[in-house]
Amino acid sequence: MTSGLQGLRRYWFGATVTVALGIAALFALVISPPDADQGDVVRLLYLHVPTIWVAYLAFFVTGVASILWLVPRTRRTEWDLLAGASAEVGVIFTGITLVVGSVWGRPTWGTYWVWDARLTSTAILFFLYLGYLALRRTGATADERGKRCAIAGLIAFADVPIVHLSVTWWQTLHQNGTVFNPKLEVTIHGSMAFTLVWSVAAFTLFYVYLMLRRLQLAELEEGLEERELELAIAERQRVEEMVTV
Amino acid sequence: MTFLREAALVAGKDLRIERRSRVALAQILPFGAIVVVMFAFALDADRTSLPAAAPGLFWTAVLLAALLAISRSFSVEEANGARDGLRMSGLDAGAIFVGKAVAIATELFLLEVVLGAAVIALYGVTVRGAVVLVIAAVAATVGLAATGTVYGVLATGLRARDTLVPLLVLPAVTPVMLGASQAFAAALDGKNTDAWPWVQLLIAFSVLVVAGGTMAFGPLLEEA
Repeated sequence: MTSGLQGLRRYWFGATVTVALGIAALFALVISPPDADQGDVVRLLYLHVPTIWVAYLAFFVTGVASILWLVPRTRRTEWDLLAGASAEVGVIFTGITLVVGSVWGRPTWGTYWVWDARLTSTAILFFLYLGYLALRRTGATADERGKRCAIAGLIAFADVPIVHLSVTWWQTLHQNGTVFNPKLEVTIHGSMAFTLVWSVAAFTLFYVYLMLRRLQLAELEEGLEERELELAIAERQRVEEMVTV
Repeated sequence: MTFLREAALVAGKDLRIERRSRVALAQILPFGAIVVVMFAFALDADRTSLPAAAPGLFWTAVLLAALLAISRSFSVEEANGARDGLRMSGLDAGAIFVGKAVAIATELFLLEVVLGAAVIALYGVTVRGAVVLVIAAVAATVGLAATGTVYGVLATGLRARDTLVPLLVLPAVTPVMLGASQAFAAALDGKNTDAWPWVQLLIAFSVLVVAGGTMAFGPLLEEA
């Protein structure tokens, strides 16, 4: 049960995140100038870059939490819940990154998708963790789920660099060089750089907020299960008493 | 009993089940073959595009059939409490993992020989660089079988196991799929030097998964 004070703190944190995201939107959509080559399309990058940053951060947290669960000395249910919550946020943000990237790619590159190493490995990353989430959703006891998911989380975590390496090789060894280079311009206008940095910071805060809420939800879910079990037992006892009477 | 003997025992058991039940032979192998035929329909039986795409199509067919073999390998453990028997047998968990992976790999080798012949005959592929092809195939198959065995046991006993395993396995074996297809394409093109980095990747992947699987299998098998 969360106390009123915690609720208030959460409220203020939520408000701060909203303001930070609002400022990011203001800078991204109004204050920062359009790009010399890309025009207004560049504004999508202020969403694209922060979302993939959050996604990487989230999957990193999932990997670390999985390891912490697997090591007997640090094993706690919370690590399992954290790994799951973080993977959920990561998958959603990877999805947003892919969609926004495609929308940006259409006017910039002339196509929604190129089989570039970074795009391809991001898509595989998305599916890898989608599978992980599917595994989490199959019913099992908390301990059993924790073990399966921690190992699956660790495999996914270890697989990502190998996938990235293989996809990079695929592009450099095989195809005749991708025409389009999805690298961000390094020499960007001052307010553009600020907008980008601010957005990344705001989205990182947003990630922390989402994690806190998701973990709270997970705790409530666990509590609900216990309550239901208690109610079922009480009901059973009542019926048995009635029968004996 | 040594580790390898125990592994051989488990592999022998799985292969004996397959020999007697003929599920691999009568269902998985024909499935792979019909996939090869279906690809010809998809590409309009074009004599230029089929040989060019043959390496990728071949490995896609193998991958799809492998999903069935993985699923089969763990469904035989579900019946009659066979999994409990395996757990109580006192065999080393790592050896059980290696044994089950070897059984799947053996089935896949057989499948690859048949599908390879089908691809040569139906797609009009000329074989070159046979040594590279064989080494790449062995490394890729070990990686596939080992990954499948890890995810197979990971999903055992879960209600949506059969649909979950493909979703878990496919993205994880991206390096195998890419590596094997590219190595085959390079070897068939007569560019063996281009194939070697891929073969090395396949070997590295297989070593990693076999090592990881041997360690992880114990805890995964233990639980109820």
